[in-house]
Amino acid sequence: MTGMLPLLILSTSLVPAVVIFFLPEAATRVRAAVNLIGALAKLPLVGLILDGVAAGEQYELRYTLVPGLDFLLRIDALSLLFLSLSAFLWLLTTLYALAYLRDGANQSRFFGFFSLCVAATTGIAMSGSLITFFLFYELLTLSTWPLVAHRGDARSIASGSHYLAYTLAGSTALLLGIVWLEGQVGPVEFAAQTGIAGADPNTLRWIFLLMVGGLGVKAALFPLHSWLPAAMVAPAPVSALLHAVAVVKAGAFGIVRVVYDVFGIGLVTDLGLGVPLAAVASFTIIYGSLRALNQSDIKRRLAYSTVSQVSYIILGTGLAGPTAMIGGLVHLIHQGLMKVTLFFCAGALAETLHIYRIQEVDGCGRRMPVTMLAFSICAVGMIGLPPVAGFVSKWYLGTGAIEAGQIWVLFVLAGSSVLNALYFLPILYRTWFRPATGTWREPLTPLPAAKVWGLVSPAVATAVASLASGLLAAAQPFSPLGWATLIVTRDYGP
Amino acid sequence: MPGVVWGPDVGSGLLALAVVLPVAGALLILPLGRHAERVPHLLFMAGLVLATAIAYHVWIGGVLTAAIGGWPAPLGIVLRADGLSAVMLLTTALVLVPVGIFAAGEFQPRTADGRESRAGLLFWPLMMGVWAGLNGTFLSNDLFNIYVALELLTLAAVPLVTLEGKAGTLAAALRYLLFALLGSLLYMLGAALLYGTHGTLDLTLLADRVRDDASALIAAALMTAGLLAKTAMFPLHLWLPPAHGGAPAAASAILSALVVKASFYLVVRLWFDLFPSLLDDTGATVLGLFGAAAILSGSVLALRQARLKLLVAYSTLAQLGYLFLMFPLAGGGTEAQPWTAGAWSGGIFHAVSHAFAKASLFLGAGILVQGIGHDRIADLRGAARSLPMVIAAFGLSGLSLMGLPPSGGFIAKWLLLTTAMASGRWGWAVVMFAGGLLAATYVFRVLNRAMATPEQPLRLVQPVHQSRQLAVLFLALVSVLLGLVPAIPFELLQIGGGLSTVEGFR
Repeated sequence: MTGMLPLLILSTSLVPAVVIFFLPEAATRVRAAVNLIGALAKLPLVGLILDGVAAGEQYELRYTLVPGLDFLLRIDALSLLFLSLSAFLWLLTTLYALAYLRDGANQSRFFGFFSLCVAATTGIAMSGSLITFFLFYELLTLSTWPLVAHRGDARSIASGSHYLAYTLAGSTALLLGIVWLEGQVGPVEFAAQTGIAGADPNTLRWIFLLMVGGLGVKAALFPLHSWLPAAMVAPAPVSALLHAVAVVKAGAFGIVRVVYDVFGIGLVTDLGLGVPLAAVASFTIIYGSLRALNQSDIKRRLAYSTVSQVSYIILGTGLAGPTAMIGGLVHLIHQGLMKVTLFFCAGALAETLHIYRIQEVDGCGRRMPVTMLAFSICAVGMIGLPPVAGFVSKWYLGTGAIEAGQIWVLFVLAGSSVLNALYFLPILYRTWFRPATGTWREPLTPLPAAKVWGLVSPAVATAVASLASGLLAAAQPFSPLGWATLIVTRDYGP
Repeated sequence: MPGVVWGPDVGSGLLALAVVLPVAGALLILPLGRHAERVPHLLFMAGLVLATAIAYHVWIGGVLTAAIGGWPAPLGIVLRADGLSAVMLLTTALVLVPVGIFAAGEFQPRTADGRESRAGLLFWPLMMGVWAGLNGTFLSNDLFNIYVALELLTLAAVPLVTLEGKAGTLAAALRYLLFALLGSLLYMLGAALLYGTHGTLDLTLLADRVRDDASALIAAALMTAGLLAKTAMFPLHLWLPPAHGGAPAAASAILSALVVKASFYLVVRLWFDLFPSLLDDTGATVLGLFGAAAILSGSVLALRQARLKLLVAYSTLAQLGYLFLMFPLAGGGTEAQPWTAGAWSGGIFHAVSHAFAKASLFLGAGILVQGIGHDRIADLRGAARSLPMVIAAFGLSGLSLMGLPPSGGFIAKWLLLTTAMASGRWGWAVVMFAGGLLAATYVFRVLNRAMATPEQPLRLVQPVHQSRQLAVLFLALVSVLLGLVPAIPFELLQIGGGLSTVEGFR
């Protein structure tokens, strides 16, 4: 049974994906049902495993493809951090996407690839070896492309190509790193390192650079980030997938795995790689925020904000002290919850009132109070103000930096918070305090209630979750913070 | 030895039947003419059952040999099937069934108004001839019989190119014929030299008698050069794109997927089984460099094609290049990392998964020509919407070309890459990575167009029957499946393989 559970979890997303591909375009209800059944079935399974792993249970499934190439699923506490995030957000994003894409074209293709992306993400979270990770990572790369290019107009196709050029180059670097490393030390499984420290240090540094560089493309590390803002032409549910549920998270998660489970924190520190990684992440944090500042398109501003925010996770990883590690890991969840809310709301604004630019939000707080309240909560959280989740991440990163003796990081955090405030507060001010000046258009016919509900309620749910993760951070061990603490103290403790 | 049986026995009967069945098929279809509509399909299905049975026998009992009429070598004809032969037989059968279903829509012995059509009548006997040539090549254990099988293969394959009777294809077919006959000639010279020196043509007997001397080297070089011309290996490759790109889709699929693999298969047999100690580093490197040049030049040329069928044909040139990387890489990793499973298996895996992927791509291109009336890549907008199954199949087959998971192409590339990196041979790894990225560029160039929304909805000029689309998708799925369950074909391949397949040439 312990081997079957990972497979079962994978199939909750994989089976709907395959089924949906073969559904006729007109079978809207069946498609929605298949999708939701998969998403709903996944949650209790993940819950079951959360409970098991908390109690110290092992879940492993191994299958030899060819000699030296094992397909290995193994669930540890770190897997579950990502797994539970993507499972929870998949359900909400599906509800949102069903409403958002009502009456749109090519729905079978869209939802098929959407489920396939989530299946890939699930696989990434559960991978027990480098090569298994790579298999799913590539599946994610490829299944995201049709979603980015979904609309099929010239801009979408161009941004799809942009995405592919970056991510395929990144995958090539990653695969080169993997093959090189395994050529030195044999097949590499996570959390079972023995031989790697014996390899030549300079070779290891190159391998680290290739792997982190390859993964950094998806994690949108500077200077590999430009595909992410370009991809915002995709429909809002795809943005949610890119920014919160799957893609950038897969990159960040991969870097965490490489640092913790392939090289190990000790070796990364010995090779002198931790601080440079933290420095690149810090630069990306400031750079992303600066670029966000001068975007007038809401989704573009949010995209640059992601460039900045995801690097918090990598910063915490690079600092390598226990508290900073907790801060980085918990931000994986927190950033996901907050950013998905912001994109849900941006999509709702565009669908309801045709608002795309920041100058157009004047007074819409009164027109769409619930949506904008959710947006505001998460914007405040992004800035890092209590009691929203973002505060917890920043607090742990800050104390972690002091603990690791890297005081300069505090300036990065403070500077980033100021910049976040500078690019989020004007939106909030315009929303709530400016009168409506006719910058938005009401739809000709009122939107169907089901559509409005589908657009608003997921945003409310994730906003509440962001707030709850901040308020109930101390609840052990199933709050995001509690789980991150469990990971660090139990699996990576000194 | 268990499983090695001399005389009339079930196993050896199966081997004989694998050669007899297609020949009998051709003889049956020719006189039946327009009454033979369903016969080819039945034969292909029977061939699949037969190939499966042979593979099963090899899997259970090891290498299978059959002395026809009870006469052992060197007197009689001996057929032999090891894991490699079984895999190639099975690949052939599995490609032929869907290609047959696809071709049924195009090559009817009778046209709609009841008349007999020349192409429809000729196509099926020629297919049987190709099939007989392939099976003969994979099962013969004798240089002369191999020559006969190769000639049959050539003489059946070349007319397939010209079936539609277009002016351009005649020139292409003539060029193909020229190269193929040159190849046969060189092969025959080499074989004659070996026979003159050692007095036998039987591969097993020859392998014991051949010494590392100049005459063996000259013979090997002549035969290899001849086979390279037939495989369309760089620098003897230029005949392939116009021939494969101009042939009817079903014929292109067979030519690109299987026919060029037969001569590649013989190159592998020659060096790994017959002359394993003859190939030095220089020779292996030269073969590898041909492969690398093919990968890079083929991919770049594929990128520049305006027509889908030509793009697919140039991609064949590039993909054939990977096969020849097995020579410099063979056995390389084993010393450094015992777990590396080896370049030999990687090369064969590549040949097999490419066979399925490429057959699917050519058939898919054929459906596009039928459905939207052309195969100009620039005008494919809306194809993903009108013919979703075909474009999906193109994407899935594309995985194998790019060497991305999950696909047989990825497993092949992984085997070759790990060997290259474990033995520190960076150059070959870099070529493979570059080839993968170039392939991604040309695959996505097509997909990008197909995904784009057209200004006016794309209308099909001619409806495409569901069964033909399913045939395309089936082939693509097999190439993906090879990446998901590679263990079975991998283990089958190892049966009866010589030491050189694991340890390389020394």
